[in-house]
Amino acid sequence: MNALEFLAWVRGPGLDLALAVFALGVVWRLIEIYTLGRKPDLAPPRRVPAASGWHTLWRRMLPPPGMFRRSPVSYVGGYVFHLGLAIVVFFFIPHIQLIKALLGLSWPGLPSPVIDAVTVVTLAAMVVVLIDRVRRPVKRYLSTFEDYFVWVLTFLPVLTGYLAVKHLWLPYTTMLALHILSAELLIALLPFTKLFHAFTAWGSRWFNGEINARRGVPV
Amino acid sequence: MSSTALQAHNSTRATRGASLERAVEVLKEVIDAPIASYFSSCVHCGLCAEACLFYTETGEPKYTPIHKLEPLRRVWEREYTLLGRVKKWLGLSKPLTDEELGAWRELVYDSCTMCGRCSLVCPVGNDLVYMIRKLREGMALAGHAPPGVVAATRRTVEIGSPMGIRWPAVAAQIKHVEAETGLKVPIDQAGAEYMLLLSSMEIINFPEYLSAIARIMHVAGKTWTLCSEAFEATNSGIQIGVSDIARVIVARVVNAAERLQVKTVVSPECGHAYFALRWDGPNLMGRPFGFEVKHVLEVLDEFRVQGLIRTEGFEEGRLTFHDPCQIVRRGGVIEPQRHLMQMIARDFVEMDETGKYNWCCGGGGGVSANEEAEGLRLAAFKRKKAQLEACGAQTLVTACANCRIVLEEGLEHYQMALPVVGLTELVAKHLAQDDGRRQDEEG
Amino acid sequence: MNELQERLAWRGISRRGFLKYCTMLASLMALPPAAGQAMAEALARARRPAVIWLPFQECTGCLESITRSHTPTIEGLIFDALSLDYSETLMAAAGHQAEQALKRAVEDNAGRFILVIDGSVPTGLNGAYSCIAGRSNLDLLREVAPKAAVVIAMGSCAAFGGIPAARPNPTGAVAISEIVRDKPLVNIPGCPPIPVVMTGVIAHYLTFGSLPELDRLRRPRAFYGETIHDRCYRRPFYDRGLFAKSFDDEGARQGWCLFELGCKGPVTYNACAHVKWNDHTSFPIESGHGCIGCSEPGFWDAGGFYRPLSAPAGPLKLAAGAVAAGAAVGVAVAIANRARKGAARAAHVTATVADLEKADGGER
Repeated sequence: MNALEFLAWVRGPGLDLALAVFALGVVWRLIEIYTLGRKPDLAPPRRVPAASGWHTLWRRMLPPPGMFRRSPVSYVGGYVFHLGLAIVVFFFIPHIQLIKALLGLSWPGLPSPVIDAVTVVTLAAMVVVLIDRVRRPVKRYLSTFEDYFVWVLTFLPVLTGYLAVKHLWLPYTTMLALHILSAELLIALLPFTKLFHAFTAWGSRWFNGEINARRGVPV
Repeated sequence: MSSTALQAHNSTRATRGASLERAVEVLKEVIDAPIASYFSSCVHCGLCAEACLFYTETGEPKYTPIHKLEPLRRVWEREYTLLGRVKKWLGLSKPLTDEELGAWRELVYDSCTMCGRCSLVCPVGNDLVYMIRKLREGMALAGHAPPGVVAATRRTVEIGSPMGIRWPAVAAQIKHVEAETGLKVPIDQAGAEYMLLLSSMEIINFPEYLSAIARIMHVAGKTWTLCSEAFEATNSGIQIGVSDIARVIVARVVNAAERLQVKTVVSPECGHAYFALRWDGPNLMGRPFGFEVKHVLEVLDEFRVQGLIRTEGFEEGRLTFHDPCQIVRRGGVIEPQRHLMQMIARDFVEMDETGKYNWCCGGGGGVSANEEAEGLRLAAFKRKKAQLEACGAQTLVTACANCRIVLEEGLEHYQMALPVVGLTELVAKHLAQDDGRRQDEEG
Repeated sequence: MNELQERLAWRGISRRGFLKYCTMLASLMALPPAAGQAMAEALARARRPAVIWLPFQECTGCLESITRSHTPTIEGLIFDALSLDYSETLMAAAGHQAEQALKRAVEDNAGRFILVIDGSVPTGLNGAYSCIAGRSNLDLLREVAPKAAVVIAMGSCAAFGGIPAARPNPTGAVAISEIVRDKPLVNIPGCPPIPVVMTGVIAHYLTFGSLPELDRLRRPRAFYGETIHDRCYRRPFYDRGLFAKSFDDEGARQGWCLFELGCKGPVTYNACAHVKWNDHTSFPIESGHGCIGCSEPGFWDAGGFYRPLSAPAGPLKLAAGAVAAGAAVGVAVAIANRARKGAARAAHVTATVADLEKADGGER
């Protein structure tokens, strides 16, 4: 298989397969999780609970008082790499083209030098977050193979994307194919790893917000 | 034997006494969609540890809240996820063992006061304390609840109160209070507006509370009553985490209040008692109540707003308020105590993290009844100590008898001379003796 | 003055012009300026190795590119002047005479001639899809190639199979390199290839007796070392995020990047963007059309000429089914979970304080 064939495979059948596994996993796991049911809360609520649930979705974007000081790396690193990923994934023009081709939606992208800079910052933040995971006793204690595996899974598409754009290490065509392949691995495994928090964190926040809002505590 | 038959067999075998099988079965019952969502969302960021005083004060990573929930996570994964089922089928995941649950006792009971602070900081939104409460269902039925908490629960069920107090002891207190205040303490009075509950701690250690209430109710001109069959507000069933037992305990209060046809049941200065009755109660009973449940602070604040009570004079020196977790963060009573503090204190300061972000005294959730946890509790108290030192208060006010005892013990241990007082007593102490309503009519 | 220079002079190209051309060739191939002089001399030598040009499964576009792209081309003239001992298309002879000429050329120059091939080799039906004088290309190649000094696979078909090898490849077409495995071989892909690349390679061989430096795909690195995208004059628009959205919009008129219109410049290694075509006049992107990647292996099947490089190369066939399958799995798990939970609930025996300790006295 030559480089262009490899590229054509990852752009064609590979993408099809990865998206299929992703769709299958997301639908399955969402149903699996959210059909487990819960008992209705019979205590008369203090506030409108559902509204506060929605509010919690946004409230949890910010560190609660005192928390930033206790774990600055988690917050700075976390913000930078999440926002960085979002910018790189959703505002790099070739990515927008992909989304347009898949969903018919498109929006203006950002110039390449901006994307390049954000990518470097994102990579750096991810390295910092990894170092923090290894060095901070609590994170090291909690970490399993999956935590490191998922880090690699997330890091590779960003790295290969950068190498491809910058023509580093391997010819562009091969690097681009590797980039797409690594991104496909990421999306295919997302529903089955902790990466699924991209979907369930919203549900979790809503539940937490709803449960506590009944008692009159905006969490 | 088919799997259903095997299950039936297992559950029959598991009906008497505590056992691992029973624990797993009950955990299967309580695992729900929020729990599945929470475990699916955790990214092992460890931020919940930063909100837990057992971690912050000891530096031990094992006290990270999400780690305390590992047994629950494993049951969820093995029983309610397809991948977990496949792993189980392939023999890739080990079943939960009794030894493991035993090893987790320290994490689920000794080092957790169910203060719920972790639930407030989790960036993905996990309500960790919600899960601890459910995990305790299984821990207790596996026989891994701490002996002190088991004993308190047994006394509550068998005698009527965790400290083994019976009605005669309360009656003696009442006599004392009536003599002191010259006011009648109504007992079993049907149709009263308020039915008052007490906590054992108040009956034994803080009798001031009852006399304070008697005076406040008198001034406010409200009808109230104690109930000889349901005077105890605390609910060890909630702390040990067994809903079936908590239901038995809460039913006493609910039945009494409905029989006496009171409008409102007033939860005393006790944290978990309020939570047990106000928030867990209807769910344990499986129905809403025919009466309202309010914390005494809420009632006092209503009296204040309605102009039924006024105060005179202020406390000397600087005062601060310790927010009891179950009343504030878990119960939603956040503002009333602050209005009441303003009534009686000229120099009221807040601690650095307060209100819904308060730090626990270290003795909630059954920890104060658990002798094995004493060392941890005192270590955890360092957080409160630092907060108190930073705010420079000379008097510590709170609204939970359990907090009060734990705070007093902690202060004594660290040789800090700081009086701890109940807010209701302070309000009663400064109560203007003229009738509030008459004041309004004159004005 | 030799034959080549005479021909050039006759067409109005001076010796000075010829030298200039050779110097340009040398510089394109990243050779020192002196190499230009050497090349001029080598090309002008009276006795040169013979060149045999075999056309297989092809369209003659490659030959057209070299000889007729514009008039006159120096490449064409050089080509004319080379001792082209056999070329179906160019030679005057036909039929048996032509076959005779080939046989003689091969025998006379055995081990010394340059074998140029355009077109792929069909291998299906034992090669019967393309025959000359009753012999399959496959047979001919197997007979002639071992006697050549060096093989030049001219154009994408010869180099990589090209359009004949595109799916579903009915003739079983393969690249020359699939058949010829033990000869020095250079691929000059492109559909068609750039003429100057051809002369450059031949001049290099004539001058130095060796092929220029090749890459992994055996292409002369000097011409195929960079992508069209890297050398494209529209690259700044890409970097600034300015794209033509259709072939007749304002962006197209402004000459913005054609990436969104499917340009394959980023994955195409060729010299079009700087060497250009038609006497250095223009190249496809400059004329307003995206690069189709014609010099890359498998370009015909690389996901559509007008589909952006980052868009899916084919239709998503599995997605809808996957959603349905996911829903089916999810619902099945949900039903099983509810049954499991219901069973646990049904088997619930109300707990009492007696259940807080193990019946046998427990662990304590």
